[in-house]
Amino acid sequence: MRNLWLILIGIVFGITLTKAEIVSWYRIQEMFRFQSFHMYGVIGSAVVLGAIFLQLAKAMKLTTPDGAPLATVQYPKRIWQYLLGGTIFGLGWALTGACPGPMYILLGNGFTVILVVIAGAFLGTLAYGYLRPHLPH
Amino acid sequence: MNLQEFLSQPWPWYVAGPLITITMATLLLIGRRFGVSSTFKTACAIGGAGSRCDFFQFDWRRETWNFVFLFGTILGGVIAAIWLRDPNGIALNPQTVADLAQLGIPEAGSSYLPERIFSWSALASPEGLIMLLGGGFLVGFGARWADGCTSGHAISGLSNLQWPSLLAVIGFFAGGLLTTHVLLPLILG
Repeated sequence: MRNLWLILIGIVFGITLTKAEIVSWYRIQEMFRFQSFHMYGVIGSAVVLGAIFLQLAKAMKLTTPDGAPLATVQYPKRIWQYLLGGTIFGLGWALTGACPGPMYILLGNGFTVILVVIAGAFLGTLAYGYLRPHLPH
Repeated sequence: MNLQEFLSQPWPWYVAGPLITITMATLLLIGRRFGVSSTFKTACAIGGAGSRCDFFQFDWRRETWNFVFLFGTILGGVIAAIWLRDPNGIALNPQTVADLAQLGIPEAGSSYLPERIFSWSALASPEGLIMLLGGGFLVGFGARWADGCTSGHAISGLSNLQWPSLLAVIGFFAGGLLTTHVLLPLILG
C-alpha cells in the first residue's frame, strides 16, 4: 500500500516538474540570469506553503499511520559543509541544468544521454565518500 | 478544450509550487522524507562501497523505498512525454534566448534541452564531457558534502526554517552564478 502511494506521489512530482518546465536546462539558465520569475515562483511558493503545512502539522500533532512523528529535517548547525558543498552543487546544477530529481524525470522523458549525468553524480557521491575525512565540515 | 489539452499546456509556477509542497507533505504523512540525492549514496552502499569506505556503511535497506518513489518520478516523465506533450516550445524571456544564442546555443526553448550538449554525439567533444559527466559529478559531490540537494535543502529544509539549508541554498546560487557567468562562456565560447 505504501509503495503504491510512493509511486503515485512520484508520478505527480514527475509530471509537475516536466509540465512546469523545471526539468529544462533553459529554465535553469533563465533563473541564474534573473530573467524570469518562474523558478523563483515555483521554489518560493513551495517553501512558503511547506512552512505553513509544517506549522499546522506541528499544531495539530499530525503523525504517520504508525503513530510516529513526521520525519522533518533537522540539520546540524555547521557552516562550511553547507556553503562549500552547496557551491559545488550549484556549479554542477548550472552546467547540467538538472538537480537530482529532474535527472530521473528527464530519463522518463526519453533523454537517455542524461544517464551520463546520473553516472557522474554516482561518481561524485563515491568521491565524496572517500575524500570526506579531508574536507572541512 | 478537453482535459488532456488543458493539462498539456505549460503549468504556471503557482500550480507547480503547491504540487511540490504536496509531494513533500504526502511523503512526510506516509513516514518518508523528501530527498532525491540520497539515492546516489544508497546506490553506492548497495553496490558494496561500504566495505571500503565508512561513509557508505549503513543499513541501506531502510532507504530502498526512495527507489520506488524515483520509479514513480520516471513514470511521471514518461506520462508527460507521451500524453501531455506541448508542441509549442518553452516561452523563455527573449533576453535569455539572445544571451544563449551568443554562447552558441541557438533556438533556446524550442525543446527542453539544448541538442549541442545533450546528445550522445556531444560526448565526443570535451565540452559535452565536461558539462554532462563533470556537471553530474559536481552535483553528486556537492549534494553529499552539503547533505542535501534542492529537495532536501531548498524545499524541505527552508520550509522547516533550517539555517543550514539557507547556507546551502546561498551556496547553490553562488555556484550557479559562477557557472552561468564565468564557466559557460569559457566552455562554450
